[in-house]
Order: sequence, then structure tokens, then C-alpha cells
Amino acid sequence: MTHFIDRRLNGKNKSTVNRQRFIKRYKAQIKQAIANNIYKRSVTDTRHGEQINIPLRDINEPMFEYGQSGYQEIVLSGNKEFVAGERLPRPLEAEASSQSQAHNYGQSEDDFSFELSREEFYELFFEDLALPHLIKTQLLQEPHYKLIRTGYSRTGVPSKLNISRSLKNSLGRRIGLIKPYQKELSELQTQLAQFEQAPAEDSQLTQLKQQISLLKLKIKTVPYLDNLDLRYNYYTPQPEPTTQAVMFCIMDVSGSMDETKKDLAKRFFMLLYLFLTHNYEKIELVFIRHHTLATEVTEEEFFYSRETGGTVVSSALEQMQAIMQARYPSTDWNIYAAQASDGDNWNADSPQCKTILLNSIMPYVQYYAYLEIMPREQQSLWQAYLAVKERYSNFAMQTIHSREEIYPVLRELFKKAETYES
Amino acid sequence: MKAEQIISHTSEWNFESLKEFEWHIGQVATEYGLDTFPNQLEIINSEQMMDAYASVGMPIGYYHWSFGKQFLSIEKNYRRGQMGLAYEMVINSNPCITYLLEENTAVMQAIVIAHACYGHNAFFKNNYLFKTWTHPEAIIDYLLFARHYITECEEKYGLTQVEDLLDSCHALMNYGVDRYQHPPPLSAAQERQRQREREAYLQTQINILWSTLPQKSSPKLKERPRFPLEPQENILYFIEKNAPLLEPWQREIVRIIRKLAQYFYPQRQTKVMNEGWATFWHYTLLNTLYERGQLSDAFMLEFLQHHTQVIFQPSFDKPYYNGINPYTLGNNIFNDLRRICEYPTPEDKNWFPEIAGNDWLTTLDFAMRNFKDESFIAQYLSPKVIRDMRLFALADDEREPELIVTAIHNEAGYEAIRQILAKQYDLSQIEPNIQVYEAKLKDDRSLTLRYVQHAGKSLAKNTLEVLKHVYRLWGFTVRLETVDKRGKLLKTYQCPE
Repeated sequence: MTHFIDRRLNGKNKSTVNRQRFIKRYKAQIKQAIANNIYKRSVTDTRHGEQINIPLRDINEPMFEYGQSGYQEIVLSGNKEFVAGERLPRPLEAEASSQSQAHNYGQSEDDFSFELSREEFYELFFEDLALPHLIKTQLLQEPHYKLIRTGYSRTGVPSKLNISRSLKNSLGRRIGLIKPYQKELSELQTQLAQFEQAPAEDSQLTQLKQQISLLKLKIKTVPYLDNLDLRYNYYTPQPEPTTQAVMFCIMDVSGSMDETKKDLAKRFFMLLYLFLTHNYEKIELVFIRHHTLATEVTEEEFFYSRETGGTVVSSALEQMQAIMQARYPSTDWNIYAAQASDGDNWNADSPQCKTILLNSIMPYVQYYAYLEIMPREQQSLWQAYLAVKERYSNFAMQTIHSREEIYPVLRELFKKAETYES
Repeated sequence: MKAEQIISHTSEWNFESLKEFEWHIGQVATEYGLDTFPNQLEIINSEQMMDAYASVGMPIGYYHWSFGKQFLSIEKNYRRGQMGLAYEMVINSNPCITYLLEENTAVMQAIVIAHACYGHNAFFKNNYLFKTWTHPEAIIDYLLFARHYITECEEKYGLTQVEDLLDSCHALMNYGVDRYQHPPPLSAAQERQRQREREAYLQTQINILWSTLPQKSSPKLKERPRFPLEPQENILYFIEKNAPLLEPWQREIVRIIRKLAQYFYPQRQTKVMNEGWATFWHYTLLNTLYERGQLSDAFMLEFLQHHTQVIFQPSFDKPYYNGINPYTLGNNIFNDLRRICEYPTPEDKNWFPEIAGNDWLTTLDFAMRNFKDESFIAQYLSPKVIRDMRLFALADDEREPELIVTAIHNEAGYEAIRQILAKQYDLSQIEPNIQVYEAKLKDDRSLTLRYVQHAGKSLAKNTLEVLKHVYRLWGFTVRLETVDKRGKLLKTYQCPE
């Protein structure tokens, strides 16, 4: 006896536990791989998982095997011209390995590579940042939902009753139910009229009259409104369209900003981006980098190019102000700005920064966060910004020295923002 | 004979058409005398198929990171299109469970039904290795028992402890097999009962007082006979019974892995036969239906395309050559056996006097029941198959500067190719022959394994890594000696060094 079973609806993630155990076991290696990959990853890419390569030797499962020595004789198929006793040169090691390499598209053959899902990636990524679990889910949560009308339902609460639709149904039902009776009734009535013209037996007449009154009663008892007729408005949740926001990322790319500092900055910007995408459905990014001159650049250039030379912070602020005026009027846009710098600035420039911030930027932005990365000492810029901070509660500044501090700093910076918004 | 109705089908399968195909194929299979377990067909999606792959075909597996690793790598390859999934997977159980991939077309499902539900199924039920070593009635129960037990241990003794133990057992899995003795049948209930009794018994044997006795200097060692008296091939079994420090639950887990290794052992030994048999039968069954007018031409065209893909054998000089395709080799041998029976040539009468001209069904049935890959090839690889596949033998001797072609498909080479190819499927030639040589239980408790050198081959570089796993199980010094045929010691690995 043969059975057919449809298993497609059964849980498909039978391997989840095994997968988690694998990731847990090789956490150190995977985190290292993530750290390497973060340079390549786009800031705005918060939707995808990550391709991970870890060295195969680390995860090998050894078994007793033969080494490559001694005598070996094997049978192969597809002989074309060989005869017994013929001698062939050994294939060169390099040739053999280059052949297999070509199929690997640049990955080393000694790597074990696989894909992490988005959740797994952030789990590990945020762990590095010492992100508390609660906040993490909040950040990664889907946007808020709003209930919107989508058709009708047969059940519901009285307050959601749709009167016109219910009455339409009632009308239809009444017509449908009454029609046959009415047809019969009119027939009987013509019959009755005929009988009354030509005299007939009383019994027949009374019977006819009885039938007519019974039919009339039937018509009368068809209810005006039945439970069947009731229709309620039906609502389904839909992502709530939120207002738009723009985020200015400003980074110092002068000679003193090395790769480590940029890595910290990038992680910071990434978290910030996550935070904002949580609150806003539509968010635009503007990247401004500066040394002595500021330019608006693509994300690519923002993180990967390195320039030399001195630092004039005000150039970036002027640039931001210009862009704000041209493209992002504060009436339509929520403006956020985050600035990362190592604190080096040309001394005479700092007062100017203060003026620009106070007069042309701070009145229009929701929030301005300044992040000083591994400063050698706090210099004139810090002093200037302190003055801004006193005037505006939506201005925040922090210093940061290592990766672990990024999240606490971000939290500190945005604790205010949350209260400010609410 | 009355004209049969064509089995209607569209390119998409549905449950009605599956049932109809299954019924008709089943009818033909019965006519040919295929003896099978009842079938259970399960439709699954690609994700579930990857799960099934990752758990090496165990429908219920215990948890271990290595299966996760397997899954991740399969998933990556599949998503990138570097690898297709098999059309089916079949479990040696009673009823015989076959997984059908939902993405298959109706024709592919019919092939799978013929291939797995009748081909493999009949093989599982009747081949002597499967009959001796596996218990299809009990395997699902046993897997369930294994998973529960291991999960219980994880809760009691911690994840890491259990994981380490499993790692070590996996490393020795190929050496957890009895090659000659017959195992007793097991059922889940009995197994659980016996496990409790074993644990209780071992617990009563522990007497704390003994450990307080002062250690005496050991008496003369040489007088004692070596233990074990004969070398032991089943290393995991030896460890389960004799490792000095293992806790009862650890012994039980070693036992579980050993039992599973034993369950999979016949499959590793009958790849060519099993696939060849299933391929031969899916071809024969569907062709019979076609000859009776029950399958349309369109069906046959699609079927033949899949069939030729399955038995495609690239020649050795192609970049994607990956050894001899077991489907092709097995199918060719079974096909040729039928030909030898039905239309014997003088050459066949010379090579196979006892079967040439016999009834082909009984001959094939006998071959399927009584052989494994190695003996099957040694017995039945015919000169015609060697010629058709253009097989040749190549020797790689480290003392020679070049490779040497030792035999090709001619009168002088047939016998040699047969022998070499047969050996190629002999597991003891593929895996180094390593056995337990001595356990000094009354002395320093060290364990000595011995590898008897074969064809001048040494052990691979990772040998010491495996030895660390043996050490973890045994708990005291472990040595692995390489000796030549005369017993001369060539090399010793030791852990800890």
C-alpha cells in the first residue's frame, strides 16, 4: 500500500539548530570575517545578509586518510589513443591547482564560504558593538502600521457596521425571497377575480382566499434586516507612510584620519542610518567630506578615498548649509546631521564653525551629533562646539576611542533625540 | 492484448497523476517480480531537500554543528546555481520513505517513482548487506531514541561536553563498523531499556574505596598476555567497552554513533550496484509501459533526456571529469548481464559460461542479492562494458618519474581492469587499515593502534589531528604505529606528544 504525504507545509527549517551551532562554534572566525567585510559593505545596505569566508583548516573534520605517496593504480574511462605500457608525464601540481582555482572566482580554495542571513549578520555585528538586545530589536523592527479600510467582512463589532452595504444586502435578499410568493399571489388573485365573476362553489372560494392570506403572511414575515445582511468594515494594517528625512554625513578625510578612525566612523554612520530608517520610511543621505575644502561625494568616495593636508571644518558646514537651502527646506524635511572628525582643525576656523552652526544650521535641524574619534587632545573645535551645545539641546557631542564605545555613545547621543521627538 | 489507455499527464504534476503513475509502475514492477517494502512518498520543497542533504539522509537527526556546516555550504552552492538538487532522496526504512522534490516535472516524478520506490527499495529489501546490517523496521525509532538521548545529555552535561564527544566519534565513524560479525536487531524500546540497565550496572561497579588505596609499584609486565589478544577492527566498539574514564552516558553516545555508522556501512559499499540497479529498473519499467502504449511519445522524449543526463560519463580528459559515474557503470553492467542472458555471443559463453543464455530475471535477481560493489565488478564486469566505456588502468608509482598505462580494453587487459576496478571499490583499500593493537589497561593505560602499510602508502598529514580525537575518548596516551607487512615498525605518531 503506497502513501502520499505532502510535507511542504511542514516546518522547513530543520537545520536551524545545526546552523546556529555552527555559527556559535566559529563565532570568532566569523566575526573576523565580518570585520573584514565591513569595509566593503555599503552603509545603506541593511537589508541583506553577508557572504562569509573562513579558512577551511579551522573547521576541518579530520579522518584517517592515506597520504599522497606509495603505489596507486586506478581505472579511468574514455581511453582514446593509449596502449598498454605507455608512459605519460605527471600533470603538474600548479596546472592542476590553477584549473580548480579558475572555477572559484577569486576565492581561495582553502576557504569555506557561506551566507549569513540578515538577522544573523546583525546579531554578530551588533554584538561587537555591545548593543543591548532590547534596543537592537527596536532598531531592526518593521515600521509602524496603520489600519486602513480593505473591503467588508461578515463579522465585526457594531461600531464598524457598514449601513449602506448591509441595507443593500437586505434589499437583495428581500427581493429574492419575496418574488416567488408574489408571482404565486398574483396568479391566485387573477383566479379569485375569475371566480368572483363567475359564481362558483363556496368551498373553493374560501380555500383560495385562505391561500392568498397565507401567502400575504409569508411575504410579511420576510424580515427587513437579517443577520445574513450585516456587513462590517474590514481593516488591514499597512505600513504607515512617514515623513521624509535627510541625513548629512560629514567626515574629515584629512591626513590625520587613518583607516581605523574611518572604520569607527563608518560603523557609527551605519548605526545612525539604522536608527533613522526605523523612524522614517523615506530617508536620503548626503555625504560631505572635507579637508581644507568640502565636496559632496558618493558613498563610495566618502569611505574609500583618503586625502592629505590640513583641515578646515567650516568648509563642510558651509557646504551643508548650501545643500540644505537648495534641496532640503526644513519645512518639508527632517534634517539630521552627524559629523565625525578627529578634532583637528585650523585654530582660526573654529569660531567660524561656531557662528555657522549657531546661525544657519542649528535652527533648522532636528538633531546634530558630533563624534570625535580618538582625539589626541581636545582642541579648539571641541571648545567651540561646547558653546553650541549650551545653546541648543538638540546638539550632542561625544568622544570615542574604540569600537565598544560606539553603541553607548550613539545611545547617549540619541537619548535626547528620542525625548525631543516625543 | 487490448490497447491500453495512455496515462494522461501534463508537465506539472498533481497528486492524481502521481498516484496513477505509481500504480501503473507498481503493476509492471510486480510483473517483473520486484520485491519491495511498502512505499511512502513525501513531497518536499527545495529547502527541505537541503535539510535532508545536510543530515546525510537521516529523517530525524541529532543536532551537531557539522550538519549546520554542511547545510550552509549546500545552501550557498544551490542559491548561486552552482549545484542542482537531486530529484529525490530515499531512506532505507520500512515503509520505504522517498522524498520527491516539488519542483520536478510530472515526468521526473515518474522517473523518481520507478527509480527510488521500486529500484532502490527492492535493493534495500533484498541485498545481503542491507539484510544483515540494517533494520529498516527499527531505524526511525532508533534515530528518534538517539536524538532524544543526545538532547537529554546536552541538558544534563552541557552542550560543549556533548559536542566535543560527538566530534571525536565522528572522526572515528568509519572505524566504528563490524566488518565480519553480525549485529543483533534492535528496537527503540529495547534499546532504551538496555541502556538504562547498562548504566545502572556500570554505576554499581564503581567503588570509591578502591581509589583511596595506595598505588603499588606494578609487577612484571612482560608476563601478561597482550590485551586485546587479537587486533580489533572496530575502534569505536573497543573504546565504548574499554576506555577507562568514559562516563556511562558517554559510552552510550559512542554506541549511538557506532550504530549509525553500521547502518550507513552497506550504502557506502554498494553505490555502483544500488544506483545501477535503480537506473536499470527505471529505464526498463518506463520502457515497458511505453511499449504497451501507456506513455506518450512526448513523455518518452523528456524521459530519455533525463535518463541520458543521469548516465552521462565524461571522458577522463574533460575538466569536469570526476571519476567513474556509478550510475553509468552499474547500469551498464546490469544491462549487459541482461544482454548476455538474452543474446549471448561466443565471447560471453567463454567468459560467463554459467549465465550465458539463462533467464535474465533470475540472473539479475541473484546478482542484486548476493554481491557488493567490489565482488559485483570482479564477477560481472564484461569485456563488452570495458570496451564500451573504454576503460583503462593507470599506475602512479612514486618511484617512477611518469605515470604508466598498465591495461586497456583488449584481450590482455580485460582481467586486469576488472581486478583493479573491483579493488577501487573495496573500502579497505580506500581507507587505511587501522586496528586496535594493544591497550595496557593494567600498566600506563596507553592505547596502541596499528596501521599495516598498504601499497607503500603513508598516512595523511592530518593523522595527528585524528589521534587527538582518539586521545579525547581514551583519556590516556594514544599511539599509532605504522608497520609493514612483516610487522616492522616504520613510524609512530603519539598523542600527547
